[in-house]
Amino acid sequence: MTASDKREPAEAAPMTDEELHELAGKQAALGEVRGAPAADPVNVPMIRHWLTAMGDENPRYLEEGLAPPAMAQVWTMPGLRRGAKDRSPVDDMMAALDGSGYTGVVATNCEQTYHRYVRVGERLTPATRFAGLAGPKRTALGVGYFATWNITWYTDDDEPVAEMMFRVLKFRPPKAKAMEPYPLQPAVNQDTAFFWEGVNRGELRVQACADCGELRHPPGPLCPRCRSSERTYRVADGTGTLFSYVVHHHPPVPGRETPFVVGVVELPEGVRIVGNVVDCPVEEVRIGMPLRVTYRRMDDRLVLPMWTRP
Amino acid sequence: MIGAALPELSIDLTPTMVVSTALATMDYTPVHHDTALARAQGSKDIFLNILTTMGLVERYVTDWAGPRAVIRSIDVKLGVPAYAGDRLTFSGTVVAGAGERLTVEVRGRVSLGEHATGTVTLETQ
Repeated sequence: MTASDKREPAEAAPMTDEELHELAGKQAALGEVRGAPAADPVNVPMIRHWLTAMGDENPRYLEEGLAPPAMAQVWTMPGLRRGAKDRSPVDDMMAALDGSGYTGVVATNCEQTYHRYVRVGERLTPATRFAGLAGPKRTALGVGYFATWNITWYTDDDEPVAEMMFRVLKFRPPKAKAMEPYPLQPAVNQDTAFFWEGVNRGELRVQACADCGELRHPPGPLCPRCRSSERTYRVADGTGTLFSYVVHHHPPVPGRETPFVVGVVELPEGVRIVGNVVDCPVEEVRIGMPLRVTYRRMDDRLVLPMWTRP
Repeated sequence: MIGAALPELSIDLTPTMVVSTALATMDYTPVHHDTALARAQGSKDIFLNILTTMGLVERYVTDWAGPRAVIRSIDVKLGVPAYAGDRLTFSGTVVAGAGERLTVEVRGRVSLGEHATGTVTLETQ
């Protein structure tokens, strides 16, 4: 496999467990494969930047021109030069696992050994060896494979200065269940569309008269104060107090579990709005309790504003 | 020395901390600096990268051992993610030692549980 071969990992064809293990054996048999040398030799600016970011005040590194040992991998990171990343024996294994549905990845172990501290001016070259594949195993994240590899960093004199064992779990993410359509859909029309568009953006919009500014809810065609039909809306800040409520026990409501609380919430903006009070035991619901709006996805299209304790 | 506890180190994982350490370790993977993308991929927020976890473990041990200590190895088992907005608290105990060589067991906890547990071997001079 040369560096110019396939670049798109997800395009690999699905493999059986036997084929994955066979590929793992082949990749391991490649032995240690050298990568490209670091873009820059070990240098003071990158050390200083790293120490500052880590909050590491150990003066030794800058005083003696030594790199912190945990920077070993930093020197050969591709950074934003993605295209410059050369292929290692690990890449084909990862591509095959992706192609077989094991698309999730989480690192589980990182073990580094430092033979000596590297000095400013030394240039490191990584060499990667695929160590092995274990699985499929059932894990908390889903069924997956543990893949292990080793990287050794060499100086220009071929002296190994640091080594790393790295292990990841490649897992098959549990399928997200498609949401059942929620059976109770609101009537969205020209008068109310602004409200539902707001909800989808996480905004609680209240209709306002474009002439006198009076707020009204639910939306309607005419201003109850000045009779104007010119309309706009304001975004409420999303807080309120419980003005009144009922606890619905019976009859059953499609798509809902009983009991649930239907409240009338008074907004500081001056209107009242009907909505469910959620994440609060029914017996703790009280008239006058402070509430804040929360948005709940009911199905792939509908989000409903609901109310919860602040 | 064996059984001695290291003083705790608690680090506030601000977004600035997460992003600046990701870039200082040359790790431009978006989940370490792009909140919207991290959330779209199912994470709570951006989170620390592994190279930073290794760096912080090293810093934790050398803060205690002093600048003359030489770190020989860091073995870390990775646990829950360390998200921006959380706190990472390290604790440590000396578990073995012969001559100048010590082994320290380190735990890094966040609100979700153990982010990293492992051992560091070092030589004190």
